[in-house]
Amino acid sequence: MRRFICERAEALPASGIRKYFDLAATLDDVISLGVGEPDFTTPWDVRSAAIRSLQKGQTSYTANRGLKELRERICRYLAERFEVSASPEHVIVTVGASEGIDLVLRACVGVGDEVLIPDPSYVSYAPIVALQGGVPKAVKCTAENGFILTSEALEEAISARTKAVILCYPNNPTGAVMTREELQKVVTVFKKHDLLVISDEIYAELTYGGKHVSVLGFEGMRERTVLIGGFSKAFAMTGWRVGFTLAPPEIDAAMLKIHQYVALCAPRLSQHAALSALQNGFSDDFKSVEAMRTEYDRRRRYLVKEFNDMGLTCFEPRGAFYAFPSVRATGMDGDAFAESLLFEARVAVVPGSAFGACGRYHVRCSYATGTDELTQALSRIRGFLKKHI
Amino acid sequence: MQQLEREILDILKGDCRYPAEKIAAMLSADEKEVTEAIRRMERNGTIVKYSAIVNADDEAEEGVEALIEVKVTPQTGSGFDGIAEEIARHSEVKSLYLMSGAYDFTVIVESPSLRGVSRFISECISTFECVISTATHFILKKYKIEGATTGAKGEKRLPYSS
Repeated sequence: MRRFICERAEALPASGIRKYFDLAATLDDVISLGVGEPDFTTPWDVRSAAIRSLQKGQTSYTANRGLKELRERICRYLAERFEVSASPEHVIVTVGASEGIDLVLRACVGVGDEVLIPDPSYVSYAPIVALQGGVPKAVKCTAENGFILTSEALEEAISARTKAVILCYPNNPTGAVMTREELQKVVTVFKKHDLLVISDEIYAELTYGGKHVSVLGFEGMRERTVLIGGFSKAFAMTGWRVGFTLAPPEIDAAMLKIHQYVALCAPRLSQHAALSALQNGFSDDFKSVEAMRTEYDRRRRYLVKEFNDMGLTCFEPRGAFYAFPSVRATGMDGDAFAESLLFEARVAVVPGSAFGACGRYHVRCSYATGTDELTQALSRIRGFLKKHI
Repeated sequence: MQQLEREILDILKGDCRYPAEKIAAMLSADEKEVTEAIRRMERNGTIVKYSAIVNADDEAEEGVEALIEVKVTPQTGSGFDGIAEEIARHSEVKSLYLMSGAYDFTVIVESPSLRGVSRFISECISTFECVISTATHFILKKYKIEGATTGAKGEKRLPYSS
């Protein structure tokens, strides 16, 4: 029989997380710091709004772009929370931020186009670029530089074939954020080399000790930036699969074409839930988001202090809900550490290599986990380190 | 109240076993300052007491808990406070609140037996001159106590996700 799988799919590496998922399934009593989603449930009023929409029989497709009312509210949300002005005609409601990433890469990346990706970063960018026949190119980010994208590293990575750069700040897996000053430096480079910027700002609400700064707010960036956002992290709505994009008109039109063919529209139920999340947020100044952030912030401080105290050097994350300690002190790399820790201490963490070569000596630990479980996990890690440091 | 004290209370209300060291780490505060703030709040009565929240269904010994609505005539001079102090003095009374609405006090009473509760009502509460009426409700099952649900935990998340 013929081999039906195409070359590009065949060449796609399996997710670095998958192996651990299978290993953990064979063990009991595992405490997981490997989870990339909030441990909060979607606020009740949001769930209730979705139920009401079902009761009203709102079960049909929506416009491809999504409900107009939702897009209008997304624009108000972006303006009020992140000082980004937007028009509902250039917003697409997507099946999670993941679809947004897929849409923009499909719309803009052709065979041989280079896309620069800060390393480490979220797992899905490079595979999608590769599926397009594009060339994902890692740009080294280091703990010494706070895991941000520096203009020097960026300049060094740019070639004549470079078309786009992906920004993912606050960053998964490092928790790094980029300040206005740091962004200004790379913005100059983006403009100088006429690059498209794909800014995945899914963790924008989870920034600690300062407000998130969007690259879209910089002069001259509107026409070259596609913003990706969503409801999963800030509103604890991962399972609803609802996100959005904001793109310059031409790119937006191309993305919409693809969205029409592959998704038609985001699930209507989830759109109503998202609408309610924003409506409630406007009426109470996003209290439920603030409450979750306060809780994450406390866990973050606690976790980072504990890691540093026990000899795992941990850069201070200022966003998202991950700590990214170095495990060099154990003599192991992140993969060996994650596997040994899982078997010996029953704590699940994700090896940093899953997010790029620069993460090799790190592990990603999520603090979207209750404080009791965090405490237990830390006590197990401490016991594990006694044997390995 | 200072911001630090408010934050400490917020954490302790979630779990009063957290040591000062952990709270200090969570708030990036000085451990000594946290210890002092807790002591200060214990002394001035902001923190009344620390106790465990117990799921009665799991208890070996069975007791009876009742919620009693009490309607009273406020007393000249002391208003509701005088009578409240009288009621609160009894060891059976677990909680006592002054309410708005159709009655004045909610009294939560705990006793080893049904008879104990009835005796408390007939021989204690009802004997106060200012008491106009009482209505007693026995607590049958607790689904949520102090913000914690007693039933099955929610669905488990995947151990790993990107």
